[in-house]
Amino acid sequence: MKTSTTARIGLRTVALGYLLLLLAVPIVLILWRTFSPGVGAFVASVRTPAAISALNLSLLIVAIVVPLNVGFGICTALALVRGRFRGRGLVQAVVDLPFAVSPIVVGVSLILLWGAGGWFGGVENLGVKVIFGLPGMVIATLFVTLPFVVREVEPVLHEIGIDQEQAAATLGASTWQTFWRITLPSIRWGLTYGVVLTIARGLGEFGAVIMVSSGFPGVSQTLTLLVHSRYIDDHNAYGSYAAATLLMGLAVVTLLLMTLLDRKRSTP
Amino acid sequence: MITVTGARKNYGSFAALDDVSLDIPGGALTALLGPSGSGKSTLLRSIAGLEQLDGGTIVIGGRDVTGVAPQKRGIGFVFQHYAAFKHMTVRDNVAFGLTIRKRPKAEVARKVDDLLEIVGLDGFQHRYPAQLSGGQRQRMALARALAVDPEVLLLDEPFGALDAKVRADLRQWLRRLHDEVHVTTVLVTHDQEEALDVADRIAVVNKGRIEQVGDPVTLYDRPANDFVMSFLGSVARLGDHLVRPHDILLDRSCERPPGLDAATGSTSGVVTAVVERVVRLGFEVRVDLRADSGDLFAAQITRAQADALGLAKGETVYARPAPATGAHKVAPALAV
Repeated sequence: MKTSTTARIGLRTVALGYLLLLLAVPIVLILWRTFSPGVGAFVASVRTPAAISALNLSLLIVAIVVPLNVGFGICTALALVRGRFRGRGLVQAVVDLPFAVSPIVVGVSLILLWGAGGWFGGVENLGVKVIFGLPGMVIATLFVTLPFVVREVEPVLHEIGIDQEQAAATLGASTWQTFWRITLPSIRWGLTYGVVLTIARGLGEFGAVIMVSSGFPGVSQTLTLLVHSRYIDDHNAYGSYAAATLLMGLAVVTLLLMTLLDRKRSTP
Repeated sequence: MITVTGARKNYGSFAALDDVSLDIPGGALTALLGPSGSGKSTLLRSIAGLEQLDGGTIVIGGRDVTGVAPQKRGIGFVFQHYAAFKHMTVRDNVAFGLTIRKRPKAEVARKVDDLLEIVGLDGFQHRYPAQLSGGQRQRMALARALAVDPEVLLLDEPFGALDAKVRADLRQWLRRLHDEVHVTTVLVTHDQEEALDVADRIAVVNKGRIEQVGDPVTLYDRPANDFVMSFLGSVARLGDHLVRPHDILLDRSCERPPGLDAATGSTSGVVTAVVERVVRLGFEVRVDLRADSGDLFAAQITRAQADALGLAKGETVYARPAPATGAHKVAPALAV
């Protein structure tokens, strides 16, 4: 189809304007507010004990969530692609649940399940504090990030088929050797992509985590909670911008990493 | 040597293998030939242990391997679509089986280099499969399968994904390789020409059963039944005879030509036909004919014969089976 030059330029302007207004302007605004008092102010603001603790907690949660999701994600993807079991369709739907359910609902349901009086509330008597503790925040983050590895690995598994694994078997490789030497290297890009998405989503999770965290500054605040509490509770708008910028910085690093890996993937 | 006894395999209500028994002699190159869906690949994969039989036994080199995992069967398997390990170099692909077996590095390197030389991939050690052509990938897959010194080499439509020219070259190459290496080899193919070309023995498979086993000449000249006859080459029906197109004699008169006597029995198959088309295919000439009965068939004659007959469209000729092949199968089942 041939479009006239005016129509083409018009369409581009609308599309660019839309992106600019919705994505670029708010981010630039935050960056501008963060750095207008100087870099020193930003550094001071993100080096307070509360900010450092929040950064550490966010990274700790991600560090726990990623390996769990990798293990679970690969197993589930393998089962969904290779398995012929009843209820496969149901598992498919359940895996997508976190995409559909609002994180805040996740938070509430976790309190119902693990909180005092919940089905698993008894674990508190054993000295494990799930709700208002680190385990709760980890479970909440696990829930919202669960689909990423599964959904990124699944199509790759479909694509590679089982020929290579069968070939490895005929050459004497055990199931375990085949997994490490053939399957895992074959899905590594899908897996990497899933991990990057998990990291980005895990760092940015707010709705589910705020429900299950006690929210004490310097103890149980993640970076997103810090941004929120500085703005709402402390009326420290600048501190909130600075923490938001830090959060964005982490996201940018993750995205850059992904782009670099992507480029590496296209050249075998 | 491989012995399959009473092999059965069902996929739902479909019988892929229906009580198959087959002896595959050691050191020879045997082809399992059949149309798609005949069960030939299922049989091969069962020998490899990639499919589990519902019944029957498989013995390789005197050892019952029916319940044994593919890893421990002492086989090499080559897949139609190469199954190359895409993330490994050619060298690592070929070395895979040896690395798994934790052989000393020097031994692995020597063996891999030897094999790559045999399959003509010398100098390709550091390439990835994506940088090879289809034929090269399949040769790499062959080297990979041979690296572990398998007792038997199983090839599942190994040239099926390649274009005609490469396929023809590669099967010549496979034949020469087999003459050097002498490993018991089973090749699955749906291409009768390929089977006739490379195999010492052919087992014709149809609907989950073995129709006939024998050397290529026997199968071609003395097919056990109509299926084997029509699957191993083109056929024409002359009255109640099934004949190869090149075994049809064409005459201008219905008189028996001099030198042919009644003992050949060839008179019984004389059919009157009208020439529909004369196609010159280099040395050979194909004559498309329509019989009295309305059946269409083709005869293959030499150029000299065609010139002598001076055939043209619309003329009437008399077709009969060539005397030497008068013993060719009479097919009562097909006679109308």
